[in-house]
Amino acid sequence: MKDLSGLSLGLGILLALQFVGELVSTGFSLPVPGNVIGMALLLLLLHLNVVKVYWIEAAVELLLSHMALFFVPAGVGVMVYFDLIRSEWLPIAVGTVASTFVVMAVTGWVAEKLEPEEAGHGD
Amino acid sequence: MVTDIFSQPLFGVGLTLLVYALAQLLYARTRSMLLTPVAFSIIAIILLLLVFDIPYASYAKGGRYVLFMLGPSVVALALPLYKRHREIAARKRPILLGILAGVFASVASASGVAWFLGGSPAVVRSLGPKSVTTPIAIGIVEKIGGIPELTAALVVLTGCIGAICGPEFCRLIGIRSVAATGLAVGTASHGIGTARMLAVDRFGGAVAGLAIGLNGLASAILVPLLFALF
Repeated sequence: MKDLSGLSLGLGILLALQFVGELVSTGFSLPVPGNVIGMALLLLLLHLNVVKVYWIEAAVELLLSHMALFFVPAGVGVMVYFDLIRSEWLPIAVGTVASTFVVMAVTGWVAEKLEPEEAGHGD
Repeated sequence: MVTDIFSQPLFGVGLTLLVYALAQLLYARTRSMLLTPVAFSIIAIILLLLVFDIPYASYAKGGRYVLFMLGPSVVALALPLYKRHREIAARKRPILLGILAGVFASVASASGVAWFLGGSPAVVRSLGPKSVTTPIAIGIVEKIGGIPELTAALVVLTGCIGAICGPEFCRLIGIRSVAATGLAVGTASHGIGTARMLAVDRFGGAVAGLAIGLNGLASAILVPLLFALF
């Protein structure tokens, strides 16, 4: 039961912050989407110790371990634009694939070169 | 009346969950990149809809409930960032400069290659913000005069490439730090790459999540400026 109440409190906090983020985003017509603003707000509230880690931990774990699933409907939406892609498939396909690898290489190399010496690696 | 059943949210939600569960099972058995759950599920569902002649709009009635969970998931990325904030603060320079380099590399390579291969101006512009998370990418492409629908589709394709082989590609080209790998995958492949990175390493996933926001912010300012120059 403790887990269940933790889940609803956590999800409620995440949705409330996304809502505030959407308000800020549309209110000030910012180019940044509401959920990214919500992420920044949550980070701030965690640092200010207004939101406690254990309030949101269960909900965050649930969402982050299933994040790939939530993208599936967006991907299926690509089928509506097949004709648009087919009309100029070569520049679109080569440009998209090549640039994805170029960005990973450039960003990865720059970050790796500047990595602090004593910094430990992740888990 | 049978067709009405496919127009209930039940259909889209159920289909997405079942296909994704099957994809996870296949991936766990084979560990084959070609069966990366997100890419496999997208392709399988598109094929099923085409074969059974079910309109996308019917599927989307349920699909949007699954998609809805994406919003709070992005907010949730703040927790792993908070838990590892000391390691992130120690990497301010590599993170900011890596993302900045990535933004320029993205526009130059995506739009450059498409232009070189004879893409029309609208297509060349649509490729500009394709490494940016969807809502920001749409805003940018509207500003620079591309096709928003095309950009939305390319953002997903870009994400799938990073999810399928991003961490593996980084290892192949000699990137050893988890932070640099997460940053690379998040900058190139936004949320879909981040979801895969979270499965590989929580800290790497947190850095990838940070890259979604910072890349989006930098791109919203720089991409329209870059296109104004040409």
